Amino acid sequence: MGVVFDIKRFAVHDGPGIRITIFLKGCPLSCWWCHNPESISAAPQKVKKQLKLNGKVYTEEETVGKEVGVSEVMQEVARERIVMEESGGGVTFSGGEPMLQSDFLLDLLMASKKEGYHTSVDTSGLARQEDFEKIIPFTDLFLFDLKIMNEELHKKYTGVSNRKILDNLKFLSDNKKTIRIRIPVVKDVNDSEENISQTIFFLKTLKGIEQVDLLPYHHIGKSKYERFGLKYKMPDQIETSDEEIQAIKSKFENEGFKTKIGG
Amino acid sequence: MTPRIKKLREESLNAINRISAERALLITEFYKNHLGFGDSVTVQRAKAFRYIMENKHVCINDGELIVGERGPAPKATPTYPEITVHSLQDLDILNTREKVWFRVDDETRKAYEKIIIPFWKGKSNRDRIMDAMSEEWHNAYNAGIYTEFMEQRAPGHTVAGDKIYHKGMLDIIDDIGDSIKSLDFLNDKKAFEKKEELKAMKIAAETIILFASRHSDKLEELAIKEKDEARKAELLKMAQICRNVPANAPKTFHEALQYYWFVHLGVVTELNPWDSFNPGRLDRNLYPFYKREVEAGTLTKEKATEILQSFWIKFNNHPAPPKVGVTALESNTYTDFSLINVGGLLPDGSDAVNELSFIILDVIEEMRLLQPSSMVQLSRKNPDAFIDRAIKIVKTGFGQPSIFNTDAIIQELTRQGKNIIDARNGGASGCVETGAFGTESYILTGYFNLPKILEVTLHNGIDPRTKKQIGLKTGDPATFASFNDLLNAFRKQVEYFIDVKIKGSNIIESIFINHVPTPFLSLIIDDCVAKGMDYISGGARYNTSYIQGVGMGTITDSLTALKKHVFDEPNISLTDFVKALEYNFEKFEDLRFQLVYKTPKYGNDDDNADVHVKEVFEIYFNTIEGHTSPRGANYRVNLLPTTCHVYFGSVMHASPDGRLSGLPVSEGISPVQGADTNGPTAVIKSAAKIDHLRTGGTLLNQKFAPSFFKDDEAIRKVSQLVRSYFRMDGHHIQFNVVDADTLRDAQKHPENYRDLIVRVAGYSDYFNDLGEDLQNEIIVRTAHEGN
Repeated sequence: MGVVFDIKRFAVHDGPGIRITIFLKGCPLSCWWCHNPESISAAPQKVKKQLKLNGKVYTEEETVGKEVGVSEVMQEVARERIVMEESGGGVTFSGGEPMLQSDFLLDLLMASKKEGYHTSVDTSGLARQEDFEKIIPFTDLFLFDLKIMNEELHKKYTGVSNRKILDNLKFLSDNKKTIRIRIPVVKDVNDSEENISQTIFFLKTLKGIEQVDLLPYHHIGKSKYERFGLKYKMPDQIETSDEEIQAIKSKFENEGFKTKIGG
Repeated sequence: MTPRIKKLREESLNAINRISAERALLITEFYKNHLGFGDSVTVQRAKAFRYIMENKHVCINDGELIVGERGPAPKATPTYPEITVHSLQDLDILNTREKVWFRVDDETRKAYEKIIIPFWKGKSNRDRIMDAMSEEWHNAYNAGIYTEFMEQRAPGHTVAGDKIYHKGMLDIIDDIGDSIKSLDFLNDKKAFEKKEELKAMKIAAETIILFASRHSDKLEELAIKEKDEARKAELLKMAQICRNVPANAPKTFHEALQYYWFVHLGVVTELNPWDSFNPGRLDRNLYPFYKREVEAGTLTKEKATEILQSFWIKFNNHPAPPKVGVTALESNTYTDFSLINVGGLLPDGSDAVNELSFIILDVIEEMRLLQPSSMVQLSRKNPDAFIDRAIKIVKTGFGQPSIFNTDAIIQELTRQGKNIIDARNGGASGCVETGAFGTESYILTGYFNLPKILEVTLHNGIDPRTKKQIGLKTGDPATFASFNDLLNAFRKQVEYFIDVKIKGSNIIESIFINHVPTPFLSLIIDDCVAKGMDYISGGARYNTSYIQGVGMGTITDSLTALKKHVFDEPNISLTDFVKALEYNFEKFEDLRFQLVYKTPKYGNDDDNADVHVKEVFEIYFNTIEGHTSPRGANYRVNLLPTTCHVYFGSVMHASPDGRLSGLPVSEGISPVQGADTNGPTAVIKSAAKIDHLRTGGTLLNQKFAPSFFKDDEAIRKVSQLVRSYFRMDGHHIQFNVVDADTLRDAQKHPENYRDLIVRVAGYSDYFNDLGEDLQNEIIVRTAHEGN
């Protein structure tokens, strides 16, 4: 059993083909810009939800996150079989940090491989190395977040050190896994020339990086945070311009990385 | 685009819709003064056709490569008083209404007042039909249970096959001679009737040759006056083309297109058939000419493109004949429905996509015109590059091309009894209707309002709007002990109304057989010549009559809601539920909240709802399939709305799915507007639970924001979504690529969006030309963001 907070069909930015993405609840990081604040706490949590109809507002309590078994999840995944087969897609496990429920994740990955589905794991990289080791045989693609290279800044903006994360990335690379690097580009946080060149420098030491996805930060989080009784730390009005993103993309491309904006 | 195509395109876009009295006056003159004593009706019709084609104005537009107009000028639209006579009031409405007006000048109005109306009033085919219909038929028709296609237009839904590329009219006249020779006056009681029909066909064939030669004469005249040497040579060449075709089989690419265009003009001048005729498998039919000429060095890709573009403009010069009343509402559009098919399979079952397929796709993208409309036929054997190219055009947001599943179409046709070669020669026409091109008469008889029948069922056969008993007394809903009781009552009402509808359609068909045969169209569709039988009398090799079901999403969600809230849980009595609908949910807001947000909906791959779409389909299919018509056609189902879902919603109170009174019902087999919240893969899964292979076409509309198609990889994924749907036997899918904000802005500032074309439901139209309700409805349709 594990806690899942969302299942998204027709996911087209989480790996090859058309995918179904399973969102596992709980995350050891608390990034300022997190778009899914409901994913941070590991347990199901109650929130107030507003639904509007004909000008009237209906407020109700909704539980985010549900404890489910592997077979329940796999039943949902099976609904997309034809679409996955036709598109060369598969199933993606995301979060939160899916590695936080590593036993459940391992069961899901094994069940997926048994059905022949392509599997991706979308991870922050913060987990025990032996847990990564366990899932490696059942994971076709890692979507690995790389946020900030400077350890102090990483601590400031995510609440944790990046040392273990970088070690794990190297570990996956050494184990010949296919990796797609995902960088949330947040203005004045990690878009500095220094951070970009440090990132490129580090990635060049690795093997198996098939693509770099640059994910421009968008303001969508604030009202969501309020619903969860959380404080939203991002200042208003900071979005990276198209030109700035393009410039960063060029830097990666010049170093030989296949790079996409938006994944 | 070459400068002259640019100019012609502009002229076509800027031309003003006008009513032309030319055809109406000519046909009136013919019936007044030229009726031959002893001529059979079919020969009269052929002679009337000849009289029009001999005397109508020959219009040749400056710079064009394909010649011939239906009216005296581009967008001058003829009328068909023998089918329906416009009253002076109709003409005034057409002249002054806000949307898609047709200008009526004083001369035209006077011609109607003094000549046309006095002669035809009370004597048109529409008058015959309305007189012949039963009280039950009128009751249901007036309540908005169904519409009647043939009330103002002729039954013509068909598409040209490849015959005209092999045979000239002189060859067809030879075939007619052979048919006459083989008539058996000793044993065949219909031999004389057949002889008259063949005589009429011969007159019609000679007429179209004559019509072409009038164009040759005019082209030669123009050539003499022409100062530009290049254009002079071109005019003389075109004159030669019009001498050669349609008299003889075409020898060149240019001749093939000009031949088709004369045939097109013949079909749409003889009568005003629904869903105007089209050339069908254009890439397949033209490719042999293209290949031969390109290899011989007599044609370049650029020249072929220019001729095709000139051909495209001809279609756009033709708005559909103006309709009035309910028929105007059910198809609130004035485009005809010429749907060019690209791709698909060859007769031997192999991939038909060729170089010309891609050239035609380029033409579609560059011309960006409403008419002709276009579609791609996608078989699993067609290359990915082909569907990707088509999706790239879809991305530009003018609703074309729509995408059809060739492999499903072939199975639909063979299930209906067509041989596999004829099936592979088929495709879709109109909005989404399946047909065997060149060999089938497949007539649409009208839309059928499934949600309204549930409304009548919930009132024991009474239409709650008029309090009139229009249906069967299937019992007071308070007495329904189970959901099955309700469903059975609904089934009985569907059966009753389908019976009424089919009885009416059979009479209407007989009226057409007796009064309005179509000898010209009969030349084009096999086996009319060989059988000596008119298209409208069963001369085609295959004959089908469709009844188009509307509101599948609304009826499904309504049944789901009733089952859940009245019978399974239960939260409310059926009597109170019906009261809530009558009150339009006033004082029942919480119920409506439950219906909208807390009730399973079709379109989410949720069997709790989707089980009912299957139930409704079985009821509808089993009720219709098995009936036959006077011309020997089989009645069959398809599921498409054109714009009728707006009209059908307007005649209804609120419905049990939470839809408010008067709002549109769902269109085609698309989910109720906004009800699909689980993404497009869930939509196609739900839609595929309907057995498409037992229909003659279904319509699924998906709206995407333009941002979704941002790069090649995203386009590939849309292609994969289409392939997935087609692997599940889905018939058709189309994409509307606009965001809601753009549309809202277009509503506020129509002047800035004159070129905004949106996919409505099986066809595209200018957003500005749509009624405000339909505009709103399109805005509401869920925009699926692939974020």
